[in-house]
Amino acid sequence: MGGLAEAMQPLNFMMIIIGCALGLLIGAMPGLGSVNGVAILLPITFIVPPTAAIIFLAAIYYGAMYGGAISSITLGIPGASTAVATVFDGRPLAQAGHADRALTAAAVASFVGGTISVVLFTLFAPPLASFALRFGPAEEFALMIMAFATFIGLGGDDIPKTIFSILIGLVLAAVGLDIISGQPRLIFGDIDGFLHGINFLVLAIGIYGIGEMLWTLETTKGEVMVHKVQISLDRMKSNFKDIKNYIGTTSLGSILGYFVGTLPAAGATPASLMSYGLAKTFSKDPDSFGKGNVGGVAAPEAANNAASTGSMLPMITLGIPGSPTTAILLGGMIIWGLRPGPLLFTENPEFVWGLIGSLYIANFATLVINLAFIPLFVKILTLPFSILAPIIYILCVVGGYAPTQTMHDVWLMLLFGVVGYLLRKLNYPVAPAVLAIVLGPLAERSLRQSLLGSHGDVTVFLTRPISATCILIALALICYPVIQKLTRRRRRNLGMGQGQG
Amino acid sequence: MCNVFSKIKKAAVPVAIATAASLGLSAPAMADWSPKKPVELIIMAGAGGGADQIARLLQGLIEKKDLSPRPIIPINKPGGSGAEALRYIQDKAGDDHTILVTLNSFYTTPVIQKGIGVDVSNFTPIGRMAIDTFVLWVNSGREDITDLDSYVAAVKAAGTNWKVGGTGTGQEDSILTAMMEKEFGYDVTYIPFPGGGTVAKNLVGNHVDSTVNNPAEQNEFYRAGETKPIVQFTAERLPAYPDVPTANELGVNMEYYMQRSINGPPGMSKEAQDWYINLFKTLFDSEEWQKFCTDDGLACHEWLAGDDLGAYHTQQIALHKELIETVGATAITGE
Amino acid sequence: MTDRAVITTEVPAMTVRTAELLMAVLLALCSIGLMVKSAELRIGWVPDRGPGSGAWPFWLSAGMLLACVATMIRWFRGTTPESRNLEPYMTREVALLVGISAGSIVFLLVVTHLLGIYVALFLFLLFYLKFVGRHSWLITVSMMVLVPIFIFCLFEWALKIPLPKSITEPMFYPIYDLMYS
Repeated sequence: MGGLAEAMQPLNFMMIIIGCALGLLIGAMPGLGSVNGVAILLPITFIVPPTAAIIFLAAIYYGAMYGGAISSITLGIPGASTAVATVFDGRPLAQAGHADRALTAAAVASFVGGTISVVLFTLFAPPLASFALRFGPAEEFALMIMAFATFIGLGGDDIPKTIFSILIGLVLAAVGLDIISGQPRLIFGDIDGFLHGINFLVLAIGIYGIGEMLWTLETTKGEVMVHKVQISLDRMKSNFKDIKNYIGTTSLGSILGYFVGTLPAAGATPASLMSYGLAKTFSKDPDSFGKGNVGGVAAPEAANNAASTGSMLPMITLGIPGSPTTAILLGGMIIWGLRPGPLLFTENPEFVWGLIGSLYIANFATLVINLAFIPLFVKILTLPFSILAPIIYILCVVGGYAPTQTMHDVWLMLLFGVVGYLLRKLNYPVAPAVLAIVLGPLAERSLRQSLLGSHGDVTVFLTRPISATCILIALALICYPVIQKLTRRRRRNLGMGQGQG
Repeated sequence: MCNVFSKIKKAAVPVAIATAASLGLSAPAMADWSPKKPVELIIMAGAGGGADQIARLLQGLIEKKDLSPRPIIPINKPGGSGAEALRYIQDKAGDDHTILVTLNSFYTTPVIQKGIGVDVSNFTPIGRMAIDTFVLWVNSGREDITDLDSYVAAVKAAGTNWKVGGTGTGQEDSILTAMMEKEFGYDVTYIPFPGGGTVAKNLVGNHVDSTVNNPAEQNEFYRAGETKPIVQFTAERLPAYPDVPTANELGVNMEYYMQRSINGPPGMSKEAQDWYINLFKTLFDSEEWQKFCTDDGLACHEWLAGDDLGAYHTQQIALHKELIETVGATAITGE
Repeated sequence: MTDRAVITTEVPAMTVRTAELLMAVLLALCSIGLMVKSAELRIGWVPDRGPGSGAWPFWLSAGMLLACVATMIRWFRGTTPESRNLEPYMTREVALLVGISAGSIVFLLVVTHLLGIYVALFLFLLFYLKFVGRHSWLITVSMMVLVPIFIFCLFEWALKIPLPKSITEPMFYPIYDLMYS
């Protein structure tokens, strides 16, 4: 494959290694993601040839994806929206002293996800690009319904509180300018603070960073979080033996992630959530999810890496960025005189395959770098709480500032953190709110775009084949756990009459 | 990761020592003004859009040519069709280290969203980098549409079932769409999408029936034979589309442009303004910028700076107020 | 969990049961507030156009209100474990720990507004490490120096994200001279 040879040129190879390392660091910092790394380093890439430059940026992109998992697992703060689902099981594993297991699973799953998606890209890029074109607003909305359906089981056992959490996330997502009518909504007269909406990271860092620290403070009374961690060769071996337990979930998550990633509007976040939700729904032991199941780390990590490769497809063939990061990559391509569009594949094949090849090398390089540094990451957890806590608070504050660069959002983050902590003490699940704020804007926009187009006719979602299929799958996903629960209960209650609903 | 950390720390130590040594001293007095700290380049649109690309290209060129002693840092403030960015600049009055790259929402947003309390005529004009143009596009599959007349006939036949894709209520293309509705006496359904690229994709995928896009956003699909231009809203035919008539040629008086200019906050010092004018003039004349303009279908022939740009702004503000009044703000917001 | 509650009895602290109701009432009020704000825009179905621009937040806030009402009903009927739990919602010890942490972050932010983030970080670390953590001066001082330098290098130098410096900005001009010369 020409692309691999292209990527193996000494300059390009060096770019990959430096890019991956930088990406890892940036991704591991809460609030900073690949978008920062790529944006800031874009001007530097003017010095090197375009192919090397885009390879460098792709490496940062990949490195940051891995880095996001590191902060999700060790600090419990998702560095980017793509790593939210990794927190659910990564954090409990780390608290139980199994951070190395979770990190290994994340690294391996990411690698598998990256590999599978590169293979799929090579085989199916052109047909998928034309499939992506058939995704209009109605299909996007149906896909969002499907995403919501997959994480129906993620809430706590208290149904009204779970519903409250989802709804408040969706309402917070509505803050800012309504793009359909161009009117400001729920901005409380604060143009500087709310007109840009509530950034997902502000809520996520608040709830998982500040809120989680306060929670830990309460449960541990300020003692060391994990007492003993020793990384021995035996332990590493058993971590690798672990792979067979989640390789199935990982492969499925990768394929799912790739396909969802290729859809222009979706990107890696819905992909990772759907992958997590499906892994939980179809697991033999769904109750262990959220309490430290390695499958719960592997599934979203495989999917988000696969999706990040997938989202290169609409960028290359349609010129539509699937995420802010690809948006900046896209800007880079245009500046170098590369015009994304249906003709790029035929007119600049060396660029396209060079990019894909470098994604693959970047993938492998990050796996190696990541595995090598697991012992160091684990060490972070052994720091005394009174040193770790101020560092995390500082990272939260600067991380809350970085995305929008307003102090307003830092105060908002602190508020979300404290309120999130108080709610959590009363058994309100917080994860659904974080998920809802990510998917909310997309869901509302595609719903209203579809209805504008159909003149308010809601059957539009059922008369279009792709959208109808998605809705049917969503219904099946919603019914599946219920049916499963009912059949289990019936089996248990055999001879004792009907189980109650 | 360990390596990176230690590298950064190593680099940090001499900086820290030097800082401690030089803190008491003031910077040497300079004859001419030049930035003393990193300059914020505010973009009134999101990452990846046209304004964003321009800002990042300019930043890259400044760095490559080493034109500024301090870096220029692009910051996206896309909230509220640019309202957030305008308000930010307004609140930075008197600041010499913040500049804004604009699109036409610079004129329309303060008119449509009166609540933000921004008067852009107070801003410090620096330089106009380019003028962007608009073309009406339909999917190539529409064989019944070959010119403006058949287009109008098709829209009238479809009525409000005709869907026009655009980048947002109150944006340039929505104004142009409202202008066309008024001119031809039809009523279409306008569907906003988050960016020109997405609009183009929805036209190719037949999710909308027509769009008013900048040439750069549609050109690749046009080259691939997916979409076709119907009419241009320019004074003269663009070199890229020699066979596509302008609206004026067809007897419809409709011309509309979008400026891409650099502006400072109100009350920026004269010295700083001159420095920025000089900086962006150098960029405007650069080979790279002119090439970008040609590739992207932008017009970059005439450099306009300082008070001339201010006069141009005044004229454009009046024009946009009039446009919004004639089509009616409700025709744009739709509610 | 259950036997710890007996320890603190001097002040009758708020029980989890009371907190549950109080929180449900507060959240219900929030929901009503959001509904009122959303209702400033069109919340109904606009013929031919689908839901109005206020509809999404309005009806979802209404859903939030219903969820809170459900929680209150469950409280009266004692369905949820929280509504039967008579342990204190927050022991004094926990309130102190959490209060110091949250308070110190507030302090960090206020000083950032007044004196810029680097001074704030310096003071925050001094307070947290020396007076909360009771670490040695060696650890405290080295952290006070290293953390702001690390943050500066990563954000301002490598990533070019300027952090707020407030009135201390001119003190950084010589550093910029060094960085960009």
